Amino acid sequence: MPSLFFDFAHLLAGSLVLLSFMLLYQSRMIGVINIFTAHAVVLATSIAWQAYIQNAPHLYFTAAMALVFKAIVIPIALVRIVERLHIHRTIDTAVGIGATMLLGMLLVALSIVVMLPVTAASDPLAREDMAFALSVVLLGLLMMVSRRNAVSQVIGFMSLENGLILAATGAKGMPLVVEISVAFSVLIAFIVIGIVIFRIRERFDSVDVPDLDRARGDQP
Amino acid sequence: MIVLVALASVAGLFVTALLAVLVGRDRPAITYLACISFCLVLLAIAGATLIAPTSAAETLTLPLGIPWIGMHFAIDSLSAIFLLVVNLTAAITSVFAIGYSRHEHANARVLPFYPVFLAGMNLVVLAADAFGFLLAWEFMSLTSWALVLAQHREAENMRAAYIYFVMASLGTLTLLLTFGLLAGVDGSYTFEGMRAHHLSAMSAGLVLVLALAGTGSKAGLVPLHVWLPLAHPAAPSHVSALMSGVMTKVAVYGFIRIVFDLLGIHAWWWGIPVMVVGGATAFLGILSAVFQTDTKRLLAYSTVENIGIIFISLGLAMSFAGEDHPLYAGVALTAALLHVFNHAMFKSLLFCGAGSLLVATGTRSMEKLGGLIHRMPVTAFTALIGSAAISALPPLNGFASEWLLFQTILLSPSFSAWSLKLLAPSIGALLALTAAIAAACFVRYFGTIFLGRPRSAEAEQAHEVDRYSLVAMGMFAALCVISGVVPGLAADFVRPVVDLLLPNGAMAPQAAVPWLSFVPVAPDRSSYNGILLLIFVLSSASLMAVLVRKVASHRLRRSAAWDCGFPDPRPETQYTASSFAQPLRRVFGPLLFGAKEHVVIPSPGDLNPATFAVTIHDRIWDVIYQPISGLVNNIADKLNRFQFLTVRRYLSLVFGTLVLLLLILAIVSRS
Repeated sequence: MPSLFFDFAHLLAGSLVLLSFMLLYQSRMIGVINIFTAHAVVLATSIAWQAYIQNAPHLYFTAAMALVFKAIVIPIALVRIVERLHIHRTIDTAVGIGATMLLGMLLVALSIVVMLPVTAASDPLAREDMAFALSVVLLGLLMMVSRRNAVSQVIGFMSLENGLILAATGAKGMPLVVEISVAFSVLIAFIVIGIVIFRIRERFDSVDVPDLDRARGDQP
Repeated sequence: MIVLVALASVAGLFVTALLAVLVGRDRPAITYLACISFCLVLLAIAGATLIAPTSAAETLTLPLGIPWIGMHFAIDSLSAIFLLVVNLTAAITSVFAIGYSRHEHANARVLPFYPVFLAGMNLVVLAADAFGFLLAWEFMSLTSWALVLAQHREAENMRAAYIYFVMASLGTLTLLLTFGLLAGVDGSYTFEGMRAHHLSAMSAGLVLVLALAGTGSKAGLVPLHVWLPLAHPAAPSHVSALMSGVMTKVAVYGFIRIVFDLLGIHAWWWGIPVMVVGGATAFLGILSAVFQTDTKRLLAYSTVENIGIIFISLGLAMSFAGEDHPLYAGVALTAALLHVFNHAMFKSLLFCGAGSLLVATGTRSMEKLGGLIHRMPVTAFTALIGSAAISALPPLNGFASEWLLFQTILLSPSFSAWSLKLLAPSIGALLALTAAIAAACFVRYFGTIFLGRPRSAEAEQAHEVDRYSLVAMGMFAALCVISGVVPGLAADFVRPVVDLLLPNGAMAPQAAVPWLSFVPVAPDRSSYNGILLLIFVLSSASLMAVLVRKVASHRLRRSAAWDCGFPDPRPETQYTASSFAQPLRRVFGPLLFGAKEHVVIPSPGDLNPATFAVTIHDRIWDVIYQPISGLVNNIADKLNRFQFLTVRRYLSLVFGTLVLLLLILAIVSRS
């Protein structure tokens, strides 16, 4: 396998991790959505590259799906939600930005420490990819945990899912069915969560999650 | 073919349950008649299998349950003997139920579950794989639980059902683990596969412990017996009879099937825990029974005692088999199986009697009964037979099986291990004490209820119960007498079972022994002839009657009875159930039950009444169950907080757990 294949795959996966970090420190809603779009574009490129080097044409389809849904449809929908709800303002974070970034670095270190020995037997391309994919998943979770706003939690969830797809396409021979079903489940989740956001907004004039808790009867 | 017929009958019981929901509410007799007919078919199958045992057990696989694996059913002689016990008792109890159900208010809550309960017990015995066994076991547990709840408006019954439910779940869990271990990692779940699978010494021992706990919790072994004296009395009386007489035996079947058949006996010391637990169960069971004043609860505790006796026999059989004395092991196993049958007969008889008393007087409290021998002579006579049989008086069946058990204990000098040489006689001594207390317990039971004078208006106005109940009790009593008089023939019935489980262990056929004597080991050692004894009892009693009539004076003198210097004629001045038990309570109560007597005698001039009260604590409940339930409640309270977190906190919990697991993985894979 030419080393260029490996290097480029590595570069794309690494940039996904980098973009996940960028998601963590955005302070404006539109900024978060823009970075997420970039995230999805890089993911689509990465899938297409995997399709090329693994010689697996069905992955091109996956790449196209990622590009259409994640890089075009969902960001446009999210921007429209943000505009209609007038929530451009600063994102309400639960954990400070600096602390979040530090935590994120620790998570990346952890995923490398975990993944490298576990996958020692498999080929190097898959190994590195798995470590990066786990980092993206953990960073997505971290984003969901550290934000109070429902829209940014949705984006955290989507970026987490991007990590899953990265892992799935990095491994050779993953059937297309799995990827399609994962992609559709995310789309449905997006629709459901989007509807929920509108409902919350209709009732409470806010999409901050703590308002939900108040609705349930808990005093925050 | 024969298995298919048996399963068809079981299916018939299920259909009966469905029909009972639709039409049976107003005419319960139809449901019970259907149950009787299906039980008779199963009984015939069991009898045929025992009389003409086939060499290879026929296995039938039905496409039920887990896809592609199916459910296996088979009848061998072990299943057949328990099929016989289950269906004979169930058929006669259903006859009783035809009469009893006329006075039952909750027929709509009893009828649908009763046939399914019977079907569940039959299926446990018929199943030939772990899945079918556990499914049927749960059917049996859940339907009996529903029957315990038939009178659900009484708070006491709710508590009984709750405790029963928890204990039944625990039992099934341990059985699930038992079968898991027996099958091994890649083993098959059919009994066939488990027999072929060999276990290491460690896991075999674990299977023994788990099987003892799992089946013991259903059978009522100490300390897992706590639910039994609560749940058995709470059910309608005919169901109590089945739960006590039969369901506990199905648990014994489970133990024999797992340990003797599937696992095999690996070591001589395996009998020791079984014997010790059985001994403790027998002793504590009968001692608790003596103190009870509730008729059905007394009988339930006595069931605990008898289960202890059965497990002592099984423990002895295991030890003898482990030390390679197959013949002696066979005698012990025969004693256990005979006692299974005998206890099913007399305990069902006594529970039906208690049910008749409940119908006639509306109470279960012995302190309100008395003098019923004049008002309910037939019930009294059958109860007398049942009490004599359970007290192991010859020539009744209780004597036959307990005599056989004592014969086995007398064989204990042939053990080579010293621990067994010492343990077996001590268990024997404990058993002798138990038997004596059991006799006292049932003298008290019969005496308080049927003799003396009525202690309440209800007892005074009682009438004999209907014919169906009397016929059923009469049949049980007749079976008690028959299997007591010719125990050799009964032993011949269980011979194929012993043959199956302990090669070369079966006793010589008893039918060939002259004069129908019962010779378990060798004629010069010991023998018992029930017929001779019956003839002696009958002839000496009639001779005495004749002598009294002919020789004694015919002149009558009527005068006031000597009143012990106590001229109060009220029934309250009689010996009561509590006062009868007082000597035993004073001896054993303080140590084993923390019994305390509170006597308040007012000082001279004080107008308050003197009072006397007894408090009895269940030490096992206090020491074992109370701390566990306290701990569970405590943890539940603490965990309750997790129900009211914010969305983000839940996410953080997930996140934290994931990171923690990854950290552990990282550390483990490093080292």
